[in-house]
Formats: sequence, C-alpha cells, structure tokens
Amino acid sequence: MVSELINANPVIYEKKERRVRSVPSAAADEYVVEPIDQQEIFDILSVYSYIKDPEHPYSLEELKVITEDAIEVDDGRGYVRVTFTPTVEHCSMATVIGLCLRVKLLRSLPSRYKVDIRVAPGSHATEAAVNKQLNDKERVAAALENPGLVDMVDECLSPSYE
Amino acid sequence: MELAKELREIQTLEGHTDRVWSLAWNPATGVAGIPLSFASCSGDKTVRIWEQNPSTSSWDCKAVLDETHTRTVRSCAWSPSGKLLATASFDATTAIWENVGGDYECVASLEGHENEVKSVCWNASGSMLTTCGRDKTVWVWEALPGNEFDCVSVLQGHTQDVKMVQWHPTRNLIFSCSYDNTVKIWADDGDDDDWACVQTLGEANNGHSSTVWALSFNASGDKMVTCSDDLTLKIWGSDDAKMSADGFAPWRHLCTLSGYHDRTIFSVHWSRDNIIASGAADDAIKFFVENNDQDGLVDGPSYKLLLRKENAHEMDINSVQWSPGEDRVLASASDDGTIKIWELTSE
Repeated sequence: MVSELINANPVIYEKKERRVRSVPSAAADEYVVEPIDQQEIFDILSVYSYIKDPEHPYSLEELKVITEDAIEVDDGRGYVRVTFTPTVEHCSMATVIGLCLRVKLLRSLPSRYKVDIRVAPGSHATEAAVNKQLNDKERVAAALENPGLVDMVDECLSPSYE
Repeated sequence: MELAKELREIQTLEGHTDRVWSLAWNPATGVAGIPLSFASCSGDKTVRIWEQNPSTSSWDCKAVLDETHTRTVRSCAWSPSGKLLATASFDATTAIWENVGGDYECVASLEGHENEVKSVCWNASGSMLTTCGRDKTVWVWEALPGNEFDCVSVLQGHTQDVKMVQWHPTRNLIFSCSYDNTVKIWADDGDDDDWACVQTLGEANNGHSSTVWALSFNASGDKMVTCSDDLTLKIWGSDDAKMSADGFAPWRHLCTLSGYHDRTIFSVHWSRDNIIASGAADDAIKFFVENNDQDGLVDGPSYKLLLRKENAHEMDINSVQWSPGEDRVLASASDDGTIKIWELTSE
C-alpha cells in the first residue's frame, strides 16, 4: 500500500561547513574531558548519525529540521534542550522525529544528562500535545518497547553510506 | 515530633539491569521480629524481593521474579496481609504472586487492559484490587477464594493515560491521577459494584496544570498530597462536616508547594508520623512537614521544607516509600538502576 507522503516536496538546504576544532596538546590535556557544547550536540545529531527524515532520503540537517542554534546545552548542569522544526505544520511524523532525537542523545550522552525535546514554537498545529508526549519519560519508555516503532527509529538513525 | 536533622544513606542496592520504577514495602514486616522486606520492579521485566538481615542489618536480594512479565514491570503492591504481591506491567497484565516457603509463584494473571498497566493497589481489607493504565481506564477487581480474581467494574472518565491508583485507607473510595492533569475520586453506589466518579480535582479547583504522577494519603485519611510534572506538590483535605447524604465528603485544595523541584516530581509518600517525602527527576529527595509556626492568620494549614537531599541518586528518582515499623526508614528507586535505603535521623 503506497501512502501519500506528508511533505512530497521538502526544501533541501546545503549542509554547513564544519568548523575545525582545535586539538588540545596531548601531554597537558590527556585527562581533561572536553565539555559538551552546542556544536557537539549538533554533530551527534547530524554528523555522527545522519538522522534521516522518516519520509525522505535526506538528513534532518538538510531539511533544517534541526539547526545548531536551536540547541541549548549546559554541560556543568548536564542539561540539553533541542528544539526542532518539522517541515510542515501538521506533520504526524513529529513525534517519531522527536523520539529519534531523544534516542540518539540517550545513546550518545553521559547518563547524568537531562534532555528536553520540543517543537519550535509556532511550527506545529498540536505543539503542546507533541511536546507533552515527547517529554513524558514513561510514554517514551513504553514506545521504545514497541518493536515496530524501534525499527522505525533505528532505520532513521542507521548510518548512511554514500 | 523530634526535629529531623540528617538523611543518612544506609545502603545502595544493585541488581536490576534497567531503571527501577517502583517499590513497595511488605506491610506485614518490620514488626514482631519479622525482618523488613520490600519488592522492587524494573524496566528489566523483573521484580526483586529484598530483605534486611536481622543480625547484620544489611539488605540482601532474596528472590528475583522473572520469566512472567514480557515487558517493563511498572508498579507493585502487597496485599495487607503481606501474603500476595500484585505486579503491574507494560505487557498489559497484572500478575499476582504468592510466597510459597520463600519461593514466589505466579498464581494469577489479570488481563483486560488494552495496553500498558501503570499502577495497582489493594483495598484495606485485601478483598479488592484496582489497576489503571494508558487505555485511560481504572479497573476494579474482586479477590475470590482460590486466587481467583474477577473484574467488577471498568471506570471510564479520564481523557488520557492514568498514571496511578490508590485506594483510600479507611473509606471505600478509589483515587486516580492522570496525564489529563486531574485527580478523580470514584465511589461505589451501595453494594452494587456500581462505581462512578464523584469528584474531579482539576485546574478549576486549584489543581495541577500538567500530568499528575502520584498521590499519597496521611495516616488518618483526611488529607492527601499529589505531585506533578507542573513541578508542584499539592495538599488536599476532606472535611467530614461537609459530608453529603450519600456519605461523600468533597475534597478541596489546601496548599501548593512550589519552587522545590525543578523537574518532574514522580513520587510522593506521606509517612505515619506526618513527614511528606518527594522524589523527582532533578535527582533530589525532599521532606516537608506542616508549618506550625504561623500565627493562625493564614487560612488553612501550610507546609514547609524540613530537609533536602540533592543528588540522592545519579539519575531521576522514580519512587520514594517510607517503611512500615518504628524507624524513619525510606527507600528510593532510580533510573540509575539502584535502590537506596535511607534513615532520617535527629542528629
């Protein structure tokens, strides 16, 4: 059964140039743990995983669903908030995308981190309902025990070999 | 009441291989020389039974109840006699276990919920049970001889996922709290098992503005505390003087405690000696008592912070429960997979 795509003609944006990070000198900084910052979180979500949009072979970065400045990090407090923008206002994939972001961060960040995920204010018709579901830990845990949903998330998070 | 000064960490219990969601003290232990014991349940699909060693005072895992639930076990509750343990799971069933000489055997499975069961609670006499879940319903079950259980009613009314159910300690009332931000109170019309919602505590009654995760009654049953994703705790009271013809005294908001936790408060428990313990996603455990310092100018009781323990665990705290027995012993369960035993001391 071929179902209609929610957004058949997404706008594709150029992937941005990666800012080169200075490498700390080996001797002095061997035991220093680099604090996690905005770029690192963005890289986790866009480079290391290349999270695919559930409907298209493009990454969330290319569709500008996630952008670096929509990520708030406080490494000292162990807190991250990711704000994402679904490509269309009535996107029913919003909860799946949010779940993918949450799973990716769960697998990549230290366990002390508290993560909040939300849709950009004004970007979705049922914004409050989507945000509430994405931030209810028990609902997320139950969803991740659903094999069909886990398969979809793993598919979105699987590395893409070009 | 002696002033509590310190929360002493007694022991950290490891064993579960996933987050620990909930724990329940066996009410028949901690008295008459019977060592304290409790059950914990986890995302690892098992339930563990822990017991305090009377000679060493340390805690050991006595049993692992596995190979029954096929998904997360979310909540557990002992019958008042301590002979049966009910466990509620995301696999949509509630299992009933019986302690047969140290071994726990699953003697019944309550089916009916359409999806995840989130909470289970027995009534004060052990003749009935109540469960609730994501299917928005509260189920009422009757315990019959021979470990048979019959569903006597399915209560509809919540518009979203029901997070917890509690039977009132002295009155035949069921309280449920939900993702729909309300607390509902259900009463039975005579002996007909004809249950109906007799009150809803929502935003209009000074209720919560987000998911209500838990509720707990004081020992006398005339007050209760609720906790929520809205970061507050609320105290409610019921005035018998306002009892209606059918014997129901409505509940009203007494006090809101805000600014103490900065992330979702998952659990709250009111001790027998009137100390409220709360556990939250900010990894902290906090204690509150009634504020007797006021001059009586404030309308109604107010509550104040007694003590706080930040970083009680390394991750979210999902459950805090006071033990039965004389001492001020508290157990906490966390996403970090551990359970901690604490004692609230006066020095």
